[in-house]
This record gives sequence, structure tokens and C-alpha cells, in this order.
Amino acid sequence: MRITCPFCGERELGEFTYLGDAKPVRPVAGASEDEVFDYVYLRDNVAGVMSENWYHGGGCRAWLKVTRNTLTHEISAVEPAAGAGAAKVGA
Amino acid sequence: MKYSIFSLARAALSGHKNWQRTWRDATPKDRYDVVIIGGGGHGLATAWFLASEYGIRNVAVLEKGWIGSGNAGRNTTIIRSNYGLPGNTGFYELSMKLWERMEQDLNYNSMVSQRGVINLYHSDAQRDAYARRGNTMRINGIDSELLDLAAVKKMMPFLNFDDARFPVQGGLLQRRGGTARHDAVVWGYAHAASELGVDIIQNCEVTGFVRDANGKVTGVGTSRGKIGAGKVGMAVAGSSSRVASMAGLRLPIESHVLQAFVSEAIKPLIPNVITFGAGHFYVSQSDKGGLVFGGDIDGYNSYAQRGNMPVMEDVCEGGMALMPMIGRVRLLRQWGGIMDMSMDGSPIIDKTPVDGLYLNAGWCYGGFKATPGSGFVFAHLLARDESHAEAARFRLDRFRSGAMIDEKGQGAQPNLH
Repeated sequence: MRITCPFCGERELGEFTYLGDAKPVRPVAGASEDEVFDYVYLRDNVAGVMSENWYHGGGCRAWLKVTRNTLTHEISAVEPAAGAGAAKVGA
Repeated sequence: MKYSIFSLARAALSGHKNWQRTWRDATPKDRYDVVIIGGGGHGLATAWFLASEYGIRNVAVLEKGWIGSGNAGRNTTIIRSNYGLPGNTGFYELSMKLWERMEQDLNYNSMVSQRGVINLYHSDAQRDAYARRGNTMRINGIDSELLDLAAVKKMMPFLNFDDARFPVQGGLLQRRGGTARHDAVVWGYAHAASELGVDIIQNCEVTGFVRDANGKVTGVGTSRGKIGAGKVGMAVAGSSSRVASMAGLRLPIESHVLQAFVSEAIKPLIPNVITFGAGHFYVSQSDKGGLVFGGDIDGYNSYAQRGNMPVMEDVCEGGMALMPMIGRVRLLRQWGGIMDMSMDGSPIIDKTPVDGLYLNAGWCYGGFKATPGSGFVFAHLLARDESHAEAARFRLDRFRSGAMIDEKGQGAQPNLH
């Protein structure tokens, strides 16, 4: 599996760190116990196309949002995640 | 059929041409008292204990492929009970004791070999952690020995003791640990369960649950038609989330791929199971002579049953650091299995919020050693509707209540357990 970083080009998997499913959103302060439990522990654990967070620590150190098929490892899209990585797009 | 010295002699004298089928490949009936989804080690063990310990013989095991085609045939065959946390310590020792009598119980040679498992330590902190774990084991009546460097050198003189970065300082040894032949474990349970009337139904994929007006599960829909059930137990390892989702459940589980490797056969070299504490590498030598080894999971969600190169490199580096001479041995084959990694690294054996549906999941990558224990306590849960004392902590709601069993202390990060 190789990931094409939008800033660095195609790189081998060892440069990246996986941070899991991009779908769960951190609950706001004052969220209910159920919402926090859901966010921290429960997962859709998708068999198919999934949106994930990856960190390009061995390269540009940007956070990336990777669209990948968990059944085939096929990657269909890589884009900068909101935040530090996204700031580089305008530069 | 019953195996004995006489049946072996008879088969030998007739040129091994008259061995009988060891279990019935059954066609599904309309209804069973208990339906087990998953024909791996855990599912088959559950069926056998239901029949032999709890007297429930109207049982079916449904397997979407052929029995043992999943993780039961994709592991490094290690058995041990060297756990330190309440919940794990007693459960894995229960399992270890069942391994020790398995061949007599099943009348099947599962090649249980108590060759010893040693976890090497490489720092003072690691020694202290292992000493503590060893003490916990001994307090609970489980064998363990803390070996110093001289004792390790005597036992395994071939290790690299001159590693500048991670010098071996000693190890925690469990002599009763070892290996078992994984395929024979599956076949043994199938053989013994089938003898007691359990139906083993292969090529039968579960496609949904049948539920009554109150939402209670009363059967399963399968690729071979509907099958009614008093109770349904899930033991589907890497597919837990997928099967549970058919009943509308979301689980605290992620599926990850774990690779394992086998080298070409060489003469007897490694007498036991060795784990490299400074990295993540474990190795034993099979009875055919191949080195069987593995390391970390690949670290990202996967259902692909194949791994990637960086972990392969990392595992081989771990092996080379410990035993540089195996660098000349060729790698024969490699495979990836799908692990249902739970959020605290420990299993879940419990009723689900859906009436009539029972869950056996979250074994992470330690499910093989648990096979007999898992089957025993899951059968207890299915038969009596209450947890076995040694599995009482493997609750589904422990993540909500905070009673987690986090043996590695990594928190809610499945890819780190």
C-alpha cells in the first residue's frame, strides 16, 4: 500500500501513522455520557470504503484524510485534513 | 469412530487407505436449541462443551466457508496463561488446564506441546514488570519462573547476547506454555462434537437474523435457508462487527490485519517459544522444522486478509536482532488474518442487548490460546444464561462502566493492543 500525499507525492506506507476512522466527531463540552461513550468506544468498523485520518510524520507532517477500501486496501482519494495540513494548501 | 492404538495399527496395515471421515458434514435442520455462528476453534469448542458439559446436543455450528478457514488456521499456535490482570489471569489458566486434558477429552491428537514460553526482558523496568506479573501468576497457582541472564544463556545459547541497544538481561518463563497444532484443534473439536450429535454445517453464510414481535432473535437467515434457534451465539472473530450490525448492534471493536510467517524447514533449533521484549517478535519452531513467527498488527482497519510490507520488514528486523543467524533462512510463506481488536485489548463474552443473541468477540490477536476456555465459558453462558465465574469480567458494558481490562495499559486504542 502506498499513499499519494498531496504535498509530497506518492510515498511508502512506513512514513505514515494511522489515526483511525475520520467519521467520529469529538463531542462538545457538556455532551451527554452516551455521546462521549459513543465517540470514544463504539465504531462502525466499515467493511468497504472508509474515510480515515493519517499523519504524514515521515514527510510533510500534515494530517491527511484518506478514502480507502478496507476490503481491498485500494485508496481512492487523499486530501489535506482540516487544521494544520489544510493551512498549507493556500501557501 | 474411536481412535486407539488398535485403530492406528489397523489403518497402517491396510496402507492408510481406510481412514473414515472424522465428522459429519450435516445439512441444516429446521430448528436447533442453539445455533453457533462461526466454525472456527471457538465456535466448535463451544458446541462441544454445550453437548458434553451441559447436555445440550441439538446444536448447529454454521460456517460460511469450511471449518477452520479463518483465524483458526491463521495463527502462530502459541498457548500460555501468563497474564497479570484480574479477569485474564484466572480465565487463561482455566484455558491452559483444558489444553492439558484436551487430547484425552476429545480422543484426538491435537499435538499439545508444553515446550515452554519465555518472554525476554532487556531493561531493569521490564524485569520489574515481568517479576510482578510472574508473582501475580504464582499467587494464583500458575507456574512461572524469572530467569537471570546466566539461566537464559544456558537454555538458549544461540541468542544474540551482544546486542548493544537491547541486551538480553533475562526472561519470564512459563514451562507449561507451548504450542498446539491449530488445524488438529479444529478437527478434534469437530470430531468430538459431531460424535455427540452436533451438526457442523459448512458453506452456510449467515445473511440476517430472524426476530419475533418483541425483537427476540428466533433464528438466522442463511445462504442455505432459514434456521430456527432457541439461542444464537456469535463466535466470528474478525467479522464480529459485520454480523452484529445485522442485529442493529455497534460494537467497541475495530478489525485489523495481523501477519504471520513461516520459514523453510531447518533442523531443530528453537526448543521453545521465545518472545523478544524489546520489539514485538515471537517465534517457535514447528514439528516439521519451519520457524513460525509474527509481530505487530499492521495498524489500520482492514478486512483484506493480507498484510503490507513495513510490518513484514519490522518483524524480520526483530527476528534478526534476536537471532542474526536466521537471516540466511528463506521465508516460505506469509499470511494475514483479521483480528477483532477490542478497545481495551480484552475479549467480550456476554449477552447482547438483543434478546436471544450472545456474543463471543474481541480476542484481538490472542484468541488461539483461549480456544478451549472460550468454548467452555461461552457454552456456560448459553446453557445457563449467566456468565461463568472466570469470564464474569468480560462484559460488553465494561467500556461504559469503566471496568476495563487493559493488560497493556494503552487505553481505547485498538491498534496499540
